[in-house]
Amino acid sequence: MIKGKKDFSERIIHGGFLLLGLLTVSCVLTITVYLIISGIPAIKEIGLVNFLFGTEWSSTAANAKFGILPFLLTSIYGTAGAIILGVPIGFFAAVYLSKLAPPKVRAVMENAVSLLAGIPSVIYGLVGMIVLVPKIRELFKLPDGASLLAAIFVLSIMILPSIIKISMTALDAVPKEYEDASLALGATPIETYFRVSVVAARSGIATAVVLGVGRAIGEAMAVMMVCGSAPNMPDSLFQSVHFLTTIVGSEMAYSSGLQRQALFSIALVLFMFIMLINAVLKFFLQENKEV
Amino acid sequence: MKKLVCMAIATMALLGCLTGCSKSSNGVVSTDGSTSMAKVVGSLGEAFQNNNPGMKFTYNATGSGSGIKAVQEGRCDIGLSSRSLKKDEKAQGLQETVLAYDGIAIIVNPQNNISDLTVAQIADIYTGKITNWSKLGGSNAEIVLIGREAGSGTRDGFESIAKVNNACKYRQELSSTGDVITAVAGNPHAIGYASLASVKKSVKALSINGVIPSEATVKDGSYAVQRPFVLVTKKDKALTDPAKKFFDYAISRDANKIITAVGVVPAN
Repeated sequence: MIKGKKDFSERIIHGGFLLLGLLTVSCVLTITVYLIISGIPAIKEIGLVNFLFGTEWSSTAANAKFGILPFLLTSIYGTAGAIILGVPIGFFAAVYLSKLAPPKVRAVMENAVSLLAGIPSVIYGLVGMIVLVPKIRELFKLPDGASLLAAIFVLSIMILPSIIKISMTALDAVPKEYEDASLALGATPIETYFRVSVVAARSGIATAVVLGVGRAIGEAMAVMMVCGSAPNMPDSLFQSVHFLTTIVGSEMAYSSGLQRQALFSIALVLFMFIMLINAVLKFFLQENKEV
Repeated sequence: MKKLVCMAIATMALLGCLTGCSKSSNGVVSTDGSTSMAKVVGSLGEAFQNNNPGMKFTYNATGSGSGIKAVQEGRCDIGLSSRSLKKDEKAQGLQETVLAYDGIAIIVNPQNNISDLTVAQIADIYTGKITNWSKLGGSNAEIVLIGREAGSGTRDGFESIAKVNNACKYRQELSSTGDVITAVAGNPHAIGYASLASVKKSVKALSINGVIPSEATVKDGSYAVQRPFVLVTKKDKALTDPAKKFFDYAISRDANKIITAVGVVPAN
């Protein structure tokens, strides 16, 4: 019977896909295990509290100190700042593009957003260093423009394309019947969009924000060129700072001994951080669904 | 018809990949390290490739500290450092060969009217004792300190000569000589240090104790802020043939013309 032959080839293809899926999972597992193994020794030697909450990082001094609180706080503030700037702009742009824009305008702007998404991070860093940093210096009368603020601007522009595109997809997917019903009941178009469409698309919009946060936390190259690279506590927006990502990027190439292990521990902390944020956001997403 | 066209384009594209399979190079010389040595190594590598068709030369600009690590770990043939090796680096089986001497230019923005400083004044600026340009005769503005990352040979050279090791509080710590020049060129109140060979018209190099930095003053030693350009190799491991060829070429007198053309003083 033909059925037997089909069964066999089906099984082979099924097995092939399973293998590819397992390959992906094994990559993630390998990275996780490697990070944990390389990151634990330094934390043991420096002490977890001293490491996570120490305020001084001087890895190449004679009396080396390895406290990463400055980097933790900077990464948190930087991501928060990028979200505060990027999400409203991205969200309203998405609503405009999806619901209000005439088709020609939408086509042009969509292309622009896609182009923005494709620009490599180094270019953002370069433009930031040459254009943004001097402008910040002049605008705020600072001695030097490379600061947390410059990094926040660069990050918010980098997360705009993902937020806009995914929110747009979510908003486009809202069934037209919802909006028609709302309009038929007498709501104005704007009321409809914000009280019906956006609410219906909220899980897609939340996904967009999660992706934006992920990109902002993990960005190293662009930020390295505008943040100033000095291990200060982020007391002010206008100071030179280091992020979790940039300190690893700067020091890894020439590090050795405890300094190198400490950098691996920072990578582990970053990894845990991202998993934590993903878990928390997923939790809130679930809650939304139940409501 | 469409399928045929697509197949034709795909075949042509695949054939294009074969262009990489030209006569394979006899050898590759890989170098890694100092960003200050970019011009010297780039010119030497180009001349080497012209003289030895079929050999490939690569240079990775990662910083002196990283270059020393790379040759020690076997990731490159020759490491490049813009400072002498430290005792513990030599103890790990590395040896250095001086290629040339380079001055470290102390650079300021062209808009800055200061043009001469003493080493003591520079040390005071970088340790934070002098914080305003007005104390040195300049405009009333805060001095912005630009420096290099901790593994940099240029930073090591500068800090040892100014005797401010690990005492500098930088506003920005950049990872290449070129970045420092760009940062100082973009900020009228900035001061930084960079390889003399890389200094462009976009920044102004200060004279130290009245001595203008140039090849001549580096050669006769009157410009005090200088350091050696060093080729780092492993003591116990012989260089591959192509690498040895490049090494011998670089330290020979034939290469001196190229080294001088870049603005650096040859050692041989």
